[in-house]
Amino acid sequence: MRRFETVRGGALPLNRADVDTDQIIPAKYLKRIERSGFGEFLFDDWRKDPEFVLNDPAFAGAPVLLAGANFGCGSSREHAPWALEDHGFRALIAPSFADIFRNNCAKIGLLTVTLAQADVEFLMARAEELPDAAIVVDLETQTVATADGAFRRSFEIDPAVRRNLLEGLDAIGLTLEREDDIAAFEERRADDHYPSTVPAAEESA
Amino acid sequence: MKTIAAKIWEQHLVRREAGLPDLLYIDLHLVHEVTSPQAFESLRLAGRRVRRPDRTLATVDHNVPTTGRDLPWDDPLSIRQVETLRANCAEFGVPFFDIADPRQGIVHVVGPEQGFSQPGMTIVCGDSHTSTHGALGALAFGIGTSEVEHVLATQTLPQAPPRTMAVEVNGELARGVTAKDVILNVINAIGVGGGTGHVVEYRGDVVRALSMEGRMTVCNMSIEAGARAGLVAPDDVAFAWLEGRPASPAGAAWERALDRWRALASDEDAAFDAVVELDGAALEPCVTWGTNPAQSAPVTGRVPDPADASGEAAREQTARALRYMDLEPGAALADIPLDRVFIGSCTNSRLEDLRAAAACVRGRRVANRVRAMVVPGSGLVKAAAEAEGLDEVFRAAGFEWRDAGCSMCLGMNPDILLPGERCASTSNRNFEGRQGPGGRTHLVSPQMAAAAAIAGHFVDVRDWEMD
Ligand code: SF4
Repeated sequence: MRRFETVRGGALPLNRADVDTDQIIPAKYLKRIERSGFGEFLFDDWRKDPEFVLNDPAFAGAPVLLAGANFGCGSSREHAPWALEDHGFRALIAPSFADIFRNNCAKIGLLTVTLAQADVEFLMARAEELPDAAIVVDLETQTVATADGAFRRSFEIDPAVRRNLLEGLDAIGLTLEREDDIAAFEERRADDHYPSTVPAAEESA
Repeated sequence: MKTIAAKIWEQHLVRREAGLPDLLYIDLHLVHEVTSPQAFESLRLAGRRVRRPDRTLATVDHNVPTTGRDLPWDDPLSIRQVETLRANCAEFGVPFFDIADPRQGIVHVVGPEQGFSQPGMTIVCGDSHTSTHGALGALAFGIGTSEVEHVLATQTLPQAPPRTMAVEVNGELARGVTAKDVILNVINAIGVGGGTGHVVEYRGDVVRALSMEGRMTVCNMSIEAGARAGLVAPDDVAFAWLEGRPASPAGAAWERALDRWRALASDEDAAFDAVVELDGAALEPCVTWGTNPAQSAPVTGRVPDPADASGEAAREQTARALRYMDLEPGAALADIPLDRVFIGSCTNSRLEDLRAAAACVRGRRVANRVRAMVVPGSGLVKAAAEAEGLDEVFRAAGFEWRDAGCSMCLGMNPDILLPGERCASTSNRNFEGRQGPGGRTHLVSPQMAAAAAIAGHFVDVRDWEMD
């Protein structure tokens, strides 16, 4: 997984609540079997509107996305974070995120920052007014600040998620180090009935 | 003093360590073609194996055509995705219900139907509607592809414990008011983000009185309120449903399982982090008018006026939804004319749903301007429905009768709405473009969808003659 490094740059204001993952990446683009290349389909339907903020050259290359509450609701498709990341976003800031979406972002090194509604609104208004003004998202100090220092807020994040992001750890590798615990658990539970998906004939063969 | 969710959690703790998420054992991992290829590929690149193929089951549902299933299909990318899953299952030894298998179907219909989804289990799938399996009293939740890979490799997931929410629906439902209306009302009450971070336990007289299929409909849409999972404590309804299924325990093992399952219910005095109560008797058949599942109203109601919404953001959100849906504020919901009707999806494609829909259409004809289709949730649902002649009822009324799959739920296979088309759908999401770019979706129960197909617009099924 990519390590999260301090982000400094423009912020794109997507002033909508409850943005669902079907908008972030519509289902017809989920047929690829690769992990990359989803960026060009990011917000595919909304992008057909020339007024849509993602089409505004003033925000081209912005590494931070500002959004309304409950961002990423709906489908569990990790293709949504992949598309955001592929497009160039490194950090997302919203008053709240949907659970699965937030998990998925954490797994690929995309930081989700939860700030108070009023703070997000402030940052959106500022981005609309000063599209070039940078903001700084620092995971080490858990702060979001405007580059001019006028605005500065700290944010909460799960300490384990923070460490994984900062160190770019391989979550599966870490769990595999717990093999003894997993095997012991399976041993302990061996008496219980839990269904096998392998047909009985094959299992005994 | 524990909730069922907490009990299942503790029974699956592989390891708990300060400062780290709990390591949770996963009993059943369901896999489909869309969210798994990258997981298998990474596994292969890392030289890892599938730890427990015997706890893993794959099928194809999202991409498959629901008619004319012989190759070649129109879309080579769909073929490639299905073939990739087939090859991955063969390589990693994962049991697979392929397209020609009579048990193939929507992954959330297949798991319970086979008896793989049982009380007290942890169940995951790279799909947000995994919450469906919670109807059996399991802790079941959707995960992303990185987590799919994690479960394939380790049969565990690092997870922070959820908060709990009790949704209590008491009283008795009126005739024509269904499980679908219960959950649409719940989502309307708590909002699309109302359940975020929580596992919802559905309780109360109404939930107890629901069939297993109805409970699956309710749990299925937990994610539409943002909940991590939804479940119902297992009782005799669940046990009767499970008994005799292919993967259910039998003989002495069945008796042992019953003892274990009965002990799962939340303790009387268990405390929930949040409690929501609804009066079942007050619920009416529901129709969504907007572009998220909380934007609904009783069928007797009207399209809301954005001006009545509180706050500018809410006004703008309502106005946006109405623009997309091409609806006028104040219009009667029952007057909305329909182009398409879709009865299917993991929310409402089980035998009971098809029976209920058939009862509304028997001896009648689909309205001239409407194109209507019924898509059973699995090959076995289809066969069972045909055995009792439901296919004939639908065909005679002018419905298309199709093969099992996700179909027009998500705009990923040939079954899609054309831009501007308006559809009454028994699925779970009315997001913009969900059923195809520019398509307009109204979520309803199977009865409401069936009656609407006949009438050509929504009708209050409480007044509809059913046989
Ligand atoms: S039927 Fe729809 S919601 Fe259910 S699994 Fe398929 S695409 Fe997802």
